[in-house]
Amino acid sequence: MAVTTPADTTLAPRGRRLNGIRRAFGPVAEARGMARTMLWLGAGITLAFVLIALLAPVISPYDFDAFEANGKRFPQLEAPSRDHLMGTNVQSTDVLSRVIWGTQTELKVVLVSLLISIGVGVPLGLFSGYFGGKLDRVLVLIMDALLVFPFLLLAIVIAFLLSDKVGQGILTAAIAITVVYIPLYFRVVRNHTISIREEPFVEAARALGAKPLTIIRKYVFFNVVQNVPPLATLNAADAILTLAALGFLGYGIQPTEAAEWGYDVNRAVSDAASGIWWTGLFPGLAIVLLVVGLTLLGEGLSETVNPVLRKRSIAPVDLGAAAPIDLEAAPRNEQP
Amino acid sequence: MASNKGTSLRKYALVRLALVVPMVFVVVTMVFLLMRVAPGDPISASLGGHAPQSEIDRIKTELGYDKPIYQQYVEYLGQLARGDLGTTITDRRPVTDIVRENGAATLELTFYAMIVAIIVGVTFGLLAGRYRDTWIDGTGRLFGIVIYAMPVFFLGLMAQLFFGSYLGWLPTSDRASPIVQATMETHTGLYTVDSLINRDWPAFTDSVKHLVLPAVTLGLVTAGIFIRLIRVNVIRTMKDDYIEAARARGIDERSVVYHHAFRNALVPVITIVGLTVALLLSGAVLTETTFNWPGIGHTLLTYLQNRDYAAVQGIIIVFALVVVIASVIIDFVNAYIDPRIRY
Repeated sequence: MAVTTPADTTLAPRGRRLNGIRRAFGPVAEARGMARTMLWLGAGITLAFVLIALLAPVISPYDFDAFEANGKRFPQLEAPSRDHLMGTNVQSTDVLSRVIWGTQTELKVVLVSLLISIGVGVPLGLFSGYFGGKLDRVLVLIMDALLVFPFLLLAIVIAFLLSDKVGQGILTAAIAITVVYIPLYFRVVRNHTISIREEPFVEAARALGAKPLTIIRKYVFFNVVQNVPPLATLNAADAILTLAALGFLGYGIQPTEAAEWGYDVNRAVSDAASGIWWTGLFPGLAIVLLVVGLTLLGEGLSETVNPVLRKRSIAPVDLGAAAPIDLEAAPRNEQP
Repeated sequence: MASNKGTSLRKYALVRLALVVPMVFVVVTMVFLLMRVAPGDPISASLGGHAPQSEIDRIKTELGYDKPIYQQYVEYLGQLARGDLGTTITDRRPVTDIVRENGAATLELTFYAMIVAIIVGVTFGLLAGRYRDTWIDGTGRLFGIVIYAMPVFFLGLMAQLFFGSYLGWLPTSDRASPIVQATMETHTGLYTVDSLINRDWPAFTDSVKHLVLPAVTLGLVTAGIFIRLIRVNVIRTMKDDYIEAARARGIDERSVVYHHAFRNALVPVITIVGLTVALLLSGAVLTETTFNWPGIGHTLLTYLQNRDYAAVQGIIIVFALVVVIASVIIDFVNAYIDPRIRY
């Protein structure tokens, strides 16, 4: 039943495709209650981080690896003060600056890794699901095998192997994370494609002589792609955690290349024994806040798009009034 | 699988087990290709690139790395079939020994973490689902989201700061005090169990104290998943026809919720436990690093730092096998509970 709405739109003439997109995202405007709160709160937090990332050169007091300003060296492990609002760490760098520049790093890596994993996972899922056969079976086996590994281990090993060849930069981190998420997109898209493939409107298109590529592009794609935005947002949240974990374990981004929150938290573990809290607390809170923002956005989206959980403004009233009537009428008609 | 109708549990089990074989084969092959083909020369990597060529060649011949790659692959498969997971290059330790010794530490950590996760997750998940869209749901979900967003190492760090440095109540690293570790007579490798077997109460309290922070940290983070999934399950179950039917029969709401809805909403918990095994293992790697817990994840990282490809290969395969076995067990339990699953 989730299929009917977008199905109509994909059958619509080319000029009205925008209409289809609008209808696919219709539930967003109709979201009510908690879903709405989550959606907008999440969007707000995420947007704030995006702004911080974009404006990092302007708002950051110092460079991410600066340990001196105006020829004066910063104090080591200084508690938060007027000069250093979040204090300084062992290497005398300003914690606030590292948090701000870190935002840029996290978002860059996540963006790159999402683009790659969607770019690879979605087409593979579409073709594998639509054509089936041997290729499908092999792909499913490989993807399932990838899902067997604890995701972090897979990322660590890939990052470790790549760090020998490519170096520890944004691309390495992004690829390591990508490998974990491609199977997820593949699976969701493939399974959905298989069920769409058997729908009457696809069969009709096939009967009319449409080529497989045309069917995939025009009929299957729009139905399947609806699942991607909520999944991608939730994955983005997950990817931040994976990146931070990689950084924490020392397989993320080289500290000389960019500021990264997970790496900073790792350095803070040795400070904890002497009661120094500011070096770990702020980068850690930044991770939590950004992940919460993305999760709220993703959950809000999936709750508005997923018909099982969806609650529309009118729906509760409608259901309440309609259900009893249905219950009385339906059984009598269906009795054999 | 032509005769699918009326499958018995035994037949289902056999089919499911048969499906494990190709999966394990693919996993092993992938790990082998990744670790052997990609990096070039594992021996000189593990020696740090300073060893003389003659030394490198000697070790290569000794460990069979000078043979063609397909021959190494076939031999490796044969080894695995005999239950030999290989030997580390740097310290010549059989991987099976690592699994036995460090695996016990990981098992102890993850077991207690899972208990914490189930208790916290089921309670919050049921309440949030039952009282959907009330402040209870709001709090429960917020807690679920925040705890999910919390990197396990950050939560661990904060716990160390508060309970370790600030309050000074609990130890923040290792499995037990050095004296206890030195004197503990091991039976199972699980310190909490061993100290009970030995009736050594001080050692028991000591190991429990050491266990509290890591296990609760890992458990709480895992609980986030439980809360989300159980909440959705309760909501879905509450919409089911049989709940409506129970209400229509005049059964009071409390009984409907507790006896009808919750019981069914909790069946998938078994599946969730299975799904979280992989997650828990990932979390264990981080928790072990944060709390200096000498588990298998901690060991893996040490070998990674030493660029010991053979050790990494063996340990990764162990992790994957654990996940595969867990998922098979979960499927069996599910099939036992719910006959519809047996296909």
